[in-house]
Amino acid sequence: MGDLLQVNGLTKKFGGVTAVNDVSFQIGEGEIVAVIGPNGAGKTTLFNMISSYVQPTEGEVLFKGKKLTGRKIFDLAHLGISRTFQNLQIFSNMTVLENVMMGTSVNLKTNVFSAGFRLPSVKRDEEYAYKAAYDVLTMMGMNDLLHEQAGQLSYGLQKKLEFARAIVYKPELIMLDEPMAGLNDAETNTMAGYISDLKEKGHSFLFVEHKMATIMQLADRIVVLDFGTKIAEGTPDEIQKNEKVISAYLGEEVI
Amino acid sequence: MEKVESILYGSRWKGFLGFIALILLLPLVVSSQYVFTLLILIGIYCIITIGLSLLIGYAGQISIGHAAFVGIGAYVSGVLTVKYNVSPWIAMGIGMVVTFIIAYLIGMQVLKLKGHILALATIAINVIVYILLVGLSDYTGGAGGLVGIPNLSLMGLDLGNQLYFYFFVWSIVFIVILFSTNIIRSSIGRILRSIHDSEIGTETLGVNVTKYKVAIFALSAVFASLAGSLYAHYINFIAPPTFYISFSILLLVMVMVGGVHSIWGAIIGTAAIMFLNEAIRFVGHTYFNINGEVEIVVYGLIIILVMIFIPKGLIGILDFRKILPIESSMKKDVTVKENVASEKGV
Amino acid sequence: MDLFLQYLITGLTVGSIYALLAVGFVTIYNVTGVLNLAQGEFAMIGALSCVTLVNLGIPIFGAIPLAILITAIIGLAVERLAINPARKATPIVLVVITLGVSIFLKGMGLIIWGTSPKSLPPLVESKSIEFMGAVVNSQSLWILVVLIAHLVVLYWFFEKTFLGSALRASEKNPRAASLMGINTSTMSMIAFTIAAGLGAIAGVMIAPLTDATYEMGFFIGIKGFVAMIFGGMHSIPGAVAGGLLLGVIEAFSGGYISTYYSDALAFGFLLLVLFFRPQGLFTKATGERV
Repeated sequence: MGDLLQVNGLTKKFGGVTAVNDVSFQIGEGEIVAVIGPNGAGKTTLFNMISSYVQPTEGEVLFKGKKLTGRKIFDLAHLGISRTFQNLQIFSNMTVLENVMMGTSVNLKTNVFSAGFRLPSVKRDEEYAYKAAYDVLTMMGMNDLLHEQAGQLSYGLQKKLEFARAIVYKPELIMLDEPMAGLNDAETNTMAGYISDLKEKGHSFLFVEHKMATIMQLADRIVVLDFGTKIAEGTPDEIQKNEKVISAYLGEEVI
Repeated sequence: MEKVESILYGSRWKGFLGFIALILLLPLVVSSQYVFTLLILIGIYCIITIGLSLLIGYAGQISIGHAAFVGIGAYVSGVLTVKYNVSPWIAMGIGMVVTFIIAYLIGMQVLKLKGHILALATIAINVIVYILLVGLSDYTGGAGGLVGIPNLSLMGLDLGNQLYFYFFVWSIVFIVILFSTNIIRSSIGRILRSIHDSEIGTETLGVNVTKYKVAIFALSAVFASLAGSLYAHYINFIAPPTFYISFSILLLVMVMVGGVHSIWGAIIGTAAIMFLNEAIRFVGHTYFNINGEVEIVVYGLIIILVMIFIPKGLIGILDFRKILPIESSMKKDVTVKENVASEKGV
Repeated sequence: MDLFLQYLITGLTVGSIYALLAVGFVTIYNVTGVLNLAQGEFAMIGALSCVTLVNLGIPIFGAIPLAILITAIIGLAVERLAINPARKATPIVLVVITLGVSIFLKGMGLIIWGTSPKSLPPLVESKSIEFMGAVVNSQSLWILVVLIAHLVVLYWFFEKTFLGSALRASEKNPRAASLMGINTSTMSMIAFTIAAGLGAIAGVMIAPLTDATYEMGFFIGIKGFVAMIFGGMHSIPGAVAGGLLLGVIEAFSGGYISTYYSDALAFGFLLLVLFFRPQGLFTKATGERV
């Protein structure tokens, strides 16, 4: 199995505090990797370094052999990486359909002048974006909401919407920051269903999550962080038996 | 399959038809030369304010220097036609290209920065352009201005004729509206709106936000340049003070008062401020015997009051969207929903 | 050499005025996050109301504090009537409101004082001083003295007094500040009042050199703004250095190149700074790049 994403020795220091310390792991093609750890373990910082929102103090990230570290945020989508946010970044004044159509931006060639002159390519782009968005929303059972304003949706639906927007252009690697947080059991199961369906189609996932049952059910491999350091890595079974992990989680309600 | 555009944004033809009807009917009811001149100037200014409304309402940037671009257009047209006998149409094109390049280069550097640095950069550009217009007097005629700029003629038709020029200018306004709504009703429009909700979300989807802001800035500058050329050929005389910061501010006020989130807001704001301007001048001269720019007190008050009480502008109270569903993507009416229902078979 | 020194001194004098204005800008910007385009009008009101007071027979040393007080009260009124009602509005709306305030005050200035320039007697009537072959206007020295006094007082105010720290806190983190019991709305009011007073001081100091008109505000305000950008938007010492630098650039380009183009050169320099050092000339901090 070839490595899609390689994380090599990522370290982040904020002033005197080391938030993430020398963390390395890989994600293979078609693999689902979860990052877990107690609160404040550095999961989000690690996530943000991988997706170029925060520059690491040391270390680098490679995607299909290409260096990601130091790139602009908008470059990542073009390489085939998309992500969602813990505190949702949907476009609340736009419709559900428009939100998901925005997800196809990397495949559109329209620029300000071709749009102004209505060149034929603009119409093709619009039809492609519409169809792609419509298909994804139909697949997720949201096509009765196409013209609802995104900001008016329930939290669970907004979460689904952001997920739809992240997968619509069929990226190779999908990074999800707490995809299940705030969802009820039924919604969590549906979301898990989408993720394993997409894995079947060859997409890879990296996600941060708190709901252990879901992680154990979905992940191929788990990376465990504590105080910014990787303390374990392995299959769900291995992690569940790992002494270090159990002691790190002592006092927290787990497994 | 119905067009994606109308599924998303409804039809805009009702608005266009209303607009065209108004333009055609006005000459029938207006007989005064004075009002006619005003209508032509409103048309010319609308070209600028529509561009500004794209910049402010969609790209989220503010310019206090658009008069500079109007000035560049006017002077490129004026100097090339008067001193070098270049065809007015070619001169107009050159003016737009020159303005585009200047705006693009500046926008590329400045729009990378957060905050309202563009506002300051545009003030600087306006001051520099003004000083150059006065200073390069061998070409521009200096403070005395440039006289004898020829009228336009189109396929043998002399556009020096008020009525012809009126129709000509408003046809251009129509093209500008068409061009601008084409942009708004495409993926570009969605990108520009998405920036307001979440810039980070937009970038994550692979969109280089700066690139679009720069393009809109350059486009609005090109509109301003075009309006400047038309102004030069209409008035036949240009002088630097016309293109100073005070004019930039006036343009900004027009857009803000009309409402920045709609192209129609720019047009309503432009017309409202122009008529207000004339009214204040008339009242001031007739009843108070005041000279000088006393009307600015009223402008200042109006800007403050409008911004505090109706920040969405005049268009916000009139809510023309009900009549002109241009950017009505927010609230879909029943007919659009029905279209969608029949669309489910895709 | 003599000429060089003369230009330098002229530049520093004018630069001190820009610095005084820039300090007002930074104060408002740091506390409220509002770019106050009406700052220059405060200078205009300060200068012209001082002229009126002097013409009423009030001695200059009494007229100046009164003029500053009047302007500060106007600053307070501006904040309460125009800025505070729109505190939740977008930054663009707030900028446009200050633009409206600027236009309104300029118009009021025109109605009250008319179009003709007014002159103000200098603080102390005395002859110019010769210094290494350069002529130094005594008013210039006063301006420098006032600038230095400003810096000392502002440093003391922001660093050593409770109100000063409260003002700084409401800039750094308005939410936290309001949780700590600091009323950010009151802070905004105080910031505008102080900034208006600072603007008035600048106006009163420059009026004996250049005469005051209702139109002086906008341009002088813009210059203060340029000084603030040179200094990196957030720092008072930076703004002062920026103001002095701007004055010197103008004086030298006016002296060695052309008086006519000195403004164009100063603004051209501003564009260069925006392009290449948007974080300001005197700071090492990284700029707010997206």
